[in-house]
Amino acid sequence: MWRFLLRTVWQRFWLLVFISIISHAVIHLAPGQPTEVDPMNPMMKAADIARIRQAFHLDDPFYLQYWHWLRDLLSGELKSFRDGLPVLPKIWDRFLNSLPLFLSTTVIVWTLSFPTGIHAAVKRGSRYDRATTFIAYALISVPGFFLSYMLILAMVQVFHMPVIGLRTFGSEGSAWHLRAMDRLWHLVLPSLMAALTGIAVLSRYVRSQMLEVIDQDYVRTARAKGLDDDTVIYGHALRNALLPFVTMFGFLVPGLISGSVIFEQIFAWPGLGQLGYEAIMSRDFPMILTLNFVAAVLTLLGILVSDILYALVDPRIRVE
Amino acid sequence: MTSPLLSIRDLQVDFETDAGRVPAVRGVDLDVEAGQTVALVGESGSGKSVTALSVMRLMSGRVAGGHIDFRGKDLASLSESEMRRIRGGQIGMIFQEPMTSLNPVFKIGRQIEEVLALHQQLAPTAARAQALELLKRVGIPSPETRLDQYPHELSGGMKQRVMIAIAIACRPALLIADEPTTALDVTIQAQIMVLLRSLQQELGMAVLLITHDLGVVAHFAERVNVMYAGKIVEHGSVRDIFKRPAHPYTRALLGALPDPSARAQRLEAIPGRVPSPTQLPAGCAFCARCKHAFEPCAGKQPPLFEVATGHAAACWLHDATLRRS
Amino acid sequence: MTTQAEPVLPNAELLDVAETPFQQVWRTFRKDRLAMTGLYVLAALVVLALVGKLLTEWWVVFDPTTVRLPDKLRPPFSHASSVLATDQIPPLGTYPFGTDELGRNVFARMLQGSFVSLSVGIVAVSISLLIGITIGGIAGFYGKRKLGPFGIDSLLMRFTDVVLCFPTFFLILTVVALLPPSIYNIMAVIGMTSWMGTARFVRAEFLSLRERDFVLAAQALGLSESRIIFRHLVPNAMAPVLVSASIDVAYAILTESALSFLGFGVRPPFATWGNILADGRNYIFDAPWLFAIPGSAILLVVLAFNLVGEGLRDAMNPRLRKRAR
Repeated sequence: MWRFLLRTVWQRFWLLVFISIISHAVIHLAPGQPTEVDPMNPMMKAADIARIRQAFHLDDPFYLQYWHWLRDLLSGELKSFRDGLPVLPKIWDRFLNSLPLFLSTTVIVWTLSFPTGIHAAVKRGSRYDRATTFIAYALISVPGFFLSYMLILAMVQVFHMPVIGLRTFGSEGSAWHLRAMDRLWHLVLPSLMAALTGIAVLSRYVRSQMLEVIDQDYVRTARAKGLDDDTVIYGHALRNALLPFVTMFGFLVPGLISGSVIFEQIFAWPGLGQLGYEAIMSRDFPMILTLNFVAAVLTLLGILVSDILYALVDPRIRVE
Repeated sequence: MTSPLLSIRDLQVDFETDAGRVPAVRGVDLDVEAGQTVALVGESGSGKSVTALSVMRLMSGRVAGGHIDFRGKDLASLSESEMRRIRGGQIGMIFQEPMTSLNPVFKIGRQIEEVLALHQQLAPTAARAQALELLKRVGIPSPETRLDQYPHELSGGMKQRVMIAIAIACRPALLIADEPTTALDVTIQAQIMVLLRSLQQELGMAVLLITHDLGVVAHFAERVNVMYAGKIVEHGSVRDIFKRPAHPYTRALLGALPDPSARAQRLEAIPGRVPSPTQLPAGCAFCARCKHAFEPCAGKQPPLFEVATGHAAACWLHDATLRRS
Repeated sequence: MTTQAEPVLPNAELLDVAETPFQQVWRTFRKDRLAMTGLYVLAALVVLALVGKLLTEWWVVFDPTTVRLPDKLRPPFSHASSVLATDQIPPLGTYPFGTDELGRNVFARMLQGSFVSLSVGIVAVSISLLIGITIGGIAGFYGKRKLGPFGIDSLLMRFTDVVLCFPTFFLILTVVALLPPSIYNIMAVIGMTSWMGTARFVRAEFLSLRERDFVLAAQALGLSESRIIFRHLVPNAMAPVLVSASIDVAYAILTESALSFLGFGVRPPFATWGNILADGRNYIFDAPWLFAIPGSAILLVVLAFNLVGEGLRDAMNPRLRKRAR
């Protein structure tokens, strides 16, 4: 197992290196000279080019550019175009805001997907299975922002409940438990909306994994022993079906971050996604690039955690 | 005469497929006496595995007719929980693919103890001790270490031994062995069959051996049932079948075996193919490939005719009332 | 009802119907009602898109650009007001989908947008398929060969992993912010950030196919490598790619609409459903149809692509096909 882990960490380290190189390389997509700027592009002005060249040391050779960028980023020298403040601390603040949203979305997705998927697999072809299948397809297909707006419309016009933002405006003066409940309430709708697509996708995957496992010979052996259905499904089959999901953990992070760009816009949640949106609107290139890098690093961390969990959980790796 | 331990009468099993309803088993009669080794022989697709799985009610196809009596009780009439008590407890089963028949995430010991705890309600320590004994009995070296190992750490032959240990753990009256050696190396095959025989003698259990390997049948079975296209076409003692095969299919099967004593020989391949289950002929299913086919064969399916005591073949050739031209 | 173990129907290959793989897949696909519905919707969409482009740009029957200030924000099925000049009156004097804040015929805009939305999806996916098949194919076929100290397979797969780490949508936004905003750039960017899934599938298929006997046979015959790849391997690997393609188009259309929603999408004069949706956002309380109509249209089309993709996946899964139900 340790050999496996060491090998994995080594591989992931190189992944980190390449991520940083690509994160840096993206800036080269910008026009090289002010004269190259397309006058029709509202995103890029000639004046920007000079700033970009200076902030990213684009006049230096390649490897120095990369080195400068990395050094500036970590030392706080890399500053946002918007307010001249260092990039990383701003990202950290917004990340803390996004974190509750990410966590609750993840919890919702995982706790709802598994029972649904397992039940659909066990009762294959039943009305439950067909109904959940159709709902899953519908959820994957609906544009997230569309559904969110519809729901906000309903909440505000029909139920008269506040849903936008971190907390209800003016609630700062209330008792702590009221504020906490208010915060929790504001967390519900955005996480639910962000979770919907995830639930649809994951529950389908759970279902197909379970179906594959139920077909396996060792499940037939378990039945031949005379074990009852529940033990066979939840004891023997599920344990095997769960294994691949441990590895999926890390790759769910990009989805969360991508989704946050849209959902934080809709629900006015001051988190990472909003920061990215504002950065793009204001052509704050240091922030944009760093956000890409940070997002990829977060994903990498997630992948690392998955690798470790997998090594612990799969006996074929644990006992080598 | 005591009734047989297992008695299958006119078993019919259908499958629903994209191409319609397909009959996999078309009226099978089969008896297994207590302590007896009965072989069920046939090519792939003859319906022998389906028959075996139907006994355990592990089949997903529809049992369209017939009944399966075990110790006098019709298994189809039992509730699911009653059937579960029989599975593993009174009837054990081992399968063809030992590589995939054990759960990869559970230790060997746990997989054996599970069946002991279920049917004999043994406490964990007693179950573990019993599991150890079982591993020793099936001939696994250093059993104490094996108990805590995972299936991927064992070879194919050892995995099959573990499967056998699980199947006989509760001393079942009947062991169904579905192609137990097909996936193993030849040398291991022999070891496994020897193990099965010694276990059978020690526990006095009956064995229903499903196989397509006539060599294994010759060495280990007492009675043989030959199956073709979903029906039993011949049954008799091992001696009868090998010395005086009565059905053309059996004869052809035996003729296809290389004879190590003969010097130069032709291997007789059976011409044609097994008919597709969706396109079964009206008469005898073997008719199109049979060297001895004559007038009644294509029209009506032959019933089993007695050739000698305890030896019967489903072939019009053995109908004493017909005059052969 | 308990779920039973379902063995693959023995002798499925003996179901003697000779049909091409395409016919087999089509036969299974046809039975899936949801998938067929999706297919009909897509067919209607293609027709609509082509007809739409015709009727809104060349042989103008429905003009999406006519501004009619007296008639702004009219609900669906309302009639044109009488103060309009003759050339401003819509066909049949009604607005089937109402008008937007500039009095433009929403139906006409939707019709025009259908072609653009569809083509963005298709072109983007074509690009991603091209990249994905190339990378996956090379990795799968030349896997073990080395380029310097690194194996080709691990090099390409590491690269794929790196790109997978970046949140796709955010990456697209970044690139869109840096490049001039044109519809072609958007198609290219979506295409260049969604090839990873296809690459993995193709690589997996190539890896398994490469070991198959027919490849060895082709090599033994002395066929050139490119011939083996293109004539033999690629057709066999297409199954997951087709499934992926359908679902990817759905994803591309959703992404385009999300981009437009945030204001980074396709610019005028092109109207896409995403654009119309984004414009409608401001009037969600006063004129909900401006938001609901494009949103529902996107939902319908994306759903259709997903259903077709999933239907293809089920139809092409060999185990599901052979399984006895």
